[in-house]
Amino acid sequence: MLAATRAVTSGYATGPVRVTEGGSRVTRATMSGVTAAIPPALTLVLGDEELLSARAIAQTVHAARAADPGSDVREYEGGALVPGEVAEMLSPSLFGGRRVLVLRAGQDARKDMITTLLAYAKNPDPEVHLIVAHLGGAKGKALADGLKSAGATVLAVPKMKGARERVAFVREEIRRLNGSCTEDAATGLLDAVGNDLRELAAACSQLMADTDGRITAETVARYYKGRAEVSGFTVADAAIVGDVPGALEALRWALHVGVDPVPIADALADGVRTVARVASAGRGSAYQLASSLGMPAWKIERAQRQSRGWSPDGLVDAMQAAADCNAAVKGGAEDRGYALERAVVAVATARRAGGGR
Amino acid sequence: MDVFAALVGQEAATVTFRRAAAEADALVKAGRGLGTEENAQSGARTGAMTHAWIVTGPPGSGRLEAARAFAAALQCRTGTGCGECPGCHTTLTGSNADVRMVVPEGLSIAVADMRALVMRAGTAPSGGRWQVVVVSDADRLTEGAGNALLKAIEEPSPRTVFLLCTPSTHPDDISVTIRSRCRVVPLVQARPEALAAALAEGQGVAPDVAAWAAAAAQGDVELARRLAGDPEVRKRREAVLTVPRKLTSVGACFDAASALIESAEAEAAALVAEMDSGERADLERALGAGGTGRGAAGAMRGAAGQLKDLEKRQKSRATRAQRDALDRALVDLAGFYRDVLAVQFGAPVRPVHGDTAANAKAAAGKWTAESTLRRLEAVLGCREAITLNVKPRIAVEAMMLSLWRG
Repeated sequence: MLAATRAVTSGYATGPVRVTEGGSRVTRATMSGVTAAIPPALTLVLGDEELLSARAIAQTVHAARAADPGSDVREYEGGALVPGEVAEMLSPSLFGGRRVLVLRAGQDARKDMITTLLAYAKNPDPEVHLIVAHLGGAKGKALADGLKSAGATVLAVPKMKGARERVAFVREEIRRLNGSCTEDAATGLLDAVGNDLRELAAACSQLMADTDGRITAETVARYYKGRAEVSGFTVADAAIVGDVPGALEALRWALHVGVDPVPIADALADGVRTVARVASAGRGSAYQLASSLGMPAWKIERAQRQSRGWSPDGLVDAMQAAADCNAAVKGGAEDRGYALERAVVAVATARRAGGGR
Repeated sequence: MDVFAALVGQEAATVTFRRAAAEADALVKAGRGLGTEENAQSGARTGAMTHAWIVTGPPGSGRLEAARAFAAALQCRTGTGCGECPGCHTTLTGSNADVRMVVPEGLSIAVADMRALVMRAGTAPSGGRWQVVVVSDADRLTEGAGNALLKAIEEPSPRTVFLLCTPSTHPDDISVTIRSRCRVVPLVQARPEALAAALAEGQGVAPDVAAWAAAAAQGDVELARRLAGDPEVRKRREAVLTVPRKLTSVGACFDAASALIESAEAEAAALVAEMDSGERADLERALGAGGTGRGAAGAMRGAAGQLKDLEKRQKSRATRAQRDALDRALVDLAGFYRDVLAVQFGAPVRPVHGDTAANAKAAAGKWTAESTLRRLEAVLGCREAITLNVKPRIAVEAMMLSLWRG
């Protein structure tokens, strides 16, 4: 029953509930658009995007609070729940009034707990709002499925995949804060801040606080310099097109943020290999080449653009440099960073020189 | 059959061993051992026999086979290594109570193992002849293990014989203190004719096939046997030797590299797959898998960690096997470029790969000697890169591109 001490009772509170999402300023803004309709008795927040999940819970809680300011809000952890507690949390309150029960990490709930919860879900108490957060995986699937079939309102918060979705998220976020954001500004922000939604949301609200609300690429460039997420592929892409300053900058960033030299060296070799194979395959549609080269079409398209300016001799030199670099980062060199820099320069030089012989 | 018949093309070493075995037999028959007072007084000793030997030789020259044959000759009742008597027979099958073989599976021989061995080596031979200790890879002795062995070699028991096998007597391979107390028997790289004759005689291989396999194996007895007997090995070798002709463009280089890597992976997988599953089944049984009744399920609960350890070891062995397979292919490839170079220089040496001599001649006309040498360097560089832990694919790709450009 000690676990129950984690529960937050904030029946009298006037401000937002204890939900952190990248700064409290955001929280207040988030709540602005919520209607005061009474939320359903059963809500299932399904998905593994943490920020969105937290937001969905906060909105539901807020709606319940709006309907009855005296609501009693309690939070539980799925894994720490014990049977007695469930009975207590679901039983009618002695003093009456609405109650909001938030069960976080519902996928961790034990089997007997799930049975109890589902038995309750068949005949829910209209005075109680039960909000269950679930990651949506195979773990604890019975709870999610049972709640769904019991007629719970499902709020889907799946993980965002791909840059396009994140760009849309950033733009939507700025719009929600009554600003406007261009597409390239959103891309720039993603490059600078990274893919973490919390960080992105915080960055958006910060930008809105600092500017007049019209976010352009220049605005982002003024406030955010450098890159948060540089991988070996960024380095390789720049080196392959002969952009020595860009490649060296990316390499320094990558080493600075803690990318291991070995994957960078592998990415460099992979870049040269891809260009060499695509260049030697001749002209043709990327989709036709995709099956014969065993590569995705987008990769081939990019390599076709990159392969301009490469000669076969240059490719031989570049591959040799990549192989030497691979040995160097695995203990062959004193300074792995220097070995990588040399390889980057060698690859870029091989492209320009087109091979000595 | 004579126990020394298995040693191909090692005439000098065989003579040394025969004389030593003959004197050892005389000592046994006289009821004496090595290093006793009576020997010095009687003057009967010719000095052909001694208590510690090092057998050296290039890979595939059959160091361990030589040591085993000598051990058999020492246990032989007639003292010649007849191959028929119980002494010879039990030694060759590995069941002789007085012959101890140390064949390390891991990377080194630990000092604890060596101490136990030295203790046993000090006892009198139960068969009344010689207590023989054979260390198959003495270059893998750790420093401590080497010192433990040194103690025994310094003050040997009268009837104990140590046979150590190493690639060479270089201090990297064997410590100078051990080396200075041993007699060295160098094995040579077997001549192709001797190898071919042995193949034809021992395995009934057709003479022309035997001659070809002997040349292609470059003195490696074991490899020659496999080439002559296993069509898979032959197919892989042929595939490797077509590589120089296939390199027509940058794209072809990458295809050739892929094919080479995949073939090495397949060869290694076939080699270790059976061993892996057997080991896993053994370990699971030892841990109580498949049991029934009370507590059977509980017994396996903590076993995941041990199984994971086993998988890790197996993975490292598979990597090793894969690299070995790749290395063999690269040696074949280097042999081809060596042939080309020999033709270009008009050197009066036999080609390594007799069956691709025509290709080598054609290539010799097309390339300059410098470019052939660069190609040979590229192959050897790739071998070294792989030992330096470069990703095999990257190393082989870089090599193929260099081979293409020359």
